[in-house]
Amino acid sequence: MLLEISDLEVEVEGKKILNGVNLKIAEGETHVLLGPNGAGKSTLFMTILGFPKYEVTKGKIIYKGQDITSLETHERIALGLGVTFQNPPAIRGVKLKDLLKIVDKNEYESNDELDEEVIKLGERLKLNEQFLNRDVNLGFSGGEVKRSELLQLLAQQPDFIMFDEPDSGVDIENVELISKEIINLLDQENDNSKKGGLLITHLGYILRFVNATHAHVLIDGKITRTGDPEEIMSDIRKSGFGEA
Amino acid sequence: MVSIKDRAEKAVNKQAAIGADIDLNEYEAADVKAHEHIDSLDDLTKSDKDTLTSVGMMTDEEDRSASFLQMDQSEVFVNNMFPGVEVMGTAQALEKYDWLPDYMWKAVQVDADKYTATTELGAKSGYFIRSLPGTKLELPIQACMYIGDDSVRQTAHNIIIAEEGSEINIITGCSTAAHVDNAAHIGVSEFYLKKNSKITFTMVHNWAREVDVRPRTGVIMDDNSTYISNYILTKPVRNLQAYPTAYANGQNTKVFFQSILAGKYDSVIDQGSRTVLNGINSQSEMITRAISEDESKIITRGDLHGKAHEAKGHLECMGLILSDESKIYSIPELRGDCTDMELSHEAAVGKIAEAEIQYLMARGLTEDEAASMIVRGFLDIDIKGLPEELAKETKNIMDLSMEGM
Repeated sequence: MLLEISDLEVEVEGKKILNGVNLKIAEGETHVLLGPNGAGKSTLFMTILGFPKYEVTKGKIIYKGQDITSLETHERIALGLGVTFQNPPAIRGVKLKDLLKIVDKNEYESNDELDEEVIKLGERLKLNEQFLNRDVNLGFSGGEVKRSELLQLLAQQPDFIMFDEPDSGVDIENVELISKEIINLLDQENDNSKKGGLLITHLGYILRFVNATHAHVLIDGKITRTGDPEEIMSDIRKSGFGEA
Repeated sequence: MVSIKDRAEKAVNKQAAIGADIDLNEYEAADVKAHEHIDSLDDLTKSDKDTLTSVGMMTDEEDRSASFLQMDQSEVFVNNMFPGVEVMGTAQALEKYDWLPDYMWKAVQVDADKYTATTELGAKSGYFIRSLPGTKLELPIQACMYIGDDSVRQTAHNIIIAEEGSEINIITGCSTAAHVDNAAHIGVSEFYLKKNSKITFTMVHNWAREVDVRPRTGVIMDDNSTYISNYILTKPVRNLQAYPTAYANGQNTKVFFQSILAGKYDSVIDQGSRTVLNGINSQSEMITRAISEDESKIITRGDLHGKAHEAKGHLECMGLILSDESKIYSIPELRGDCTDMELSHEAAVGKIAEAEIQYLMARGLTEDEAASMIVRGFLDIDIKGLPEELAKETKNIMDLSMEGM
């Protein structure tokens, strides 16, 4: 099992947000997390990442057999967790290219070689070198933010990836491009993929391209339904989250 | 008419308009002959050389067009390596040029306060830099004001003249020797930019915890001239107050002030920049980035005064407060005296955003690494107006200056 969450309860500033979440994601699986605004989807992501504000009051997070519930964020990232944010903050004076070079943990013979690699990755997401020299997320368009997020994961190559609304605010042409790289990151075309993913989407449009194996509906901090993504999406489209 | 000397004598106890009132009698006025001339910057001790390098003064003089070094009150080294630019001590320049008094105390008032007055009344020191008409020199001139002994009161009266159509770059580093804790530095700098000239002035300050600093700077600009100032202070100081003022008198003049300030320990830094836009279509952009640590206090001031048609000015001050015991006050002022001019300002003071820290942590950085990356990024402003190589070097000097932050 890649990720195993059991009976997870989480408080943020004294307010209980997650109320006994159970979730198992195996290698090769991609799960979709659905639910209304405020249900706790992003909180679940932030808790898996171990941000200090998200206090686990009960339950456990096991990653690759190791209890990571009390590990620091950077330790979890080192173990292979990765995330794309929905609305990442701009960081003035920090160039995207420099961040990519820090995130890429592969060994390179020289700084030039690393530069070339990073530029090559950028081209895959139609982000040219000039773009890579911009400050992280500063003045990026909606689509550029999403592509920049994926680009950072391409450099990082995590094993378990959380995608927070990778398709929101993105035009159709770019949804296809983004989907292609998500498939790539999750190694979905390989039957023996060792990677796993958890994806939040509102529109579900991206699921036309990215193959999700399971779907969960999260309401009021609890998973209320788990099953086939298409079935669940279709029910939600018909009658909203209440019925699903 | 009242003489300059009389005016200075009257003002010798005059408190400055802003900033703590420094008791200059606590410090000793050093003898102009206290230190002997050296033949080469290489003759300095290793410790002195390292200190000079950290403020951008290259002791091998590679990629420099001229050098000037003042230690305490003594001029110890001058070297002119390129024609078209004259660098010498102000005292010597006064002997050489009988017209030079016309440039003394025109951009800065001699009776502005006790610091200007004391500079006039003390032993003549400081540097004179003049680029001859039409000279365009990319290689920078380097100058350094160095305090080598404790309790020294250093004064300098610098005159910088860019003749018509000339363009020069000046890198100046001011520092105390590694063993010096306690001293005072007063530097009067008067810049004169003739028609179509350009000066880029990059100044790095590297003082010590018990050093009081009072720079007094004025810049007088003729038509189509450009003045660019990059000021970097990232090391501790006791009390620094400066408010350089550019008088954009000519048409189409351009002024850029950029300051990077880092307050440490109990440093008090009161740093401003002012442009008086007297010329039609004159422009000014003034940017300050300040961070405060420990118990430091930073006041950043900005004053844009639009007095001519089509004048444009923008003022930007961003402050990051890194400790609860530190303070940043930002005081921007805009003054408009006519129609058809445009002034704006943008100021923000706050702490590092948690979302930014978390974002970088999610990329594998520790909390401390993330904070340090954000602070460095925050202070990393683009160097404007310099040729590529020199911009790169200025960046390096800034990086060096920020090492350990």
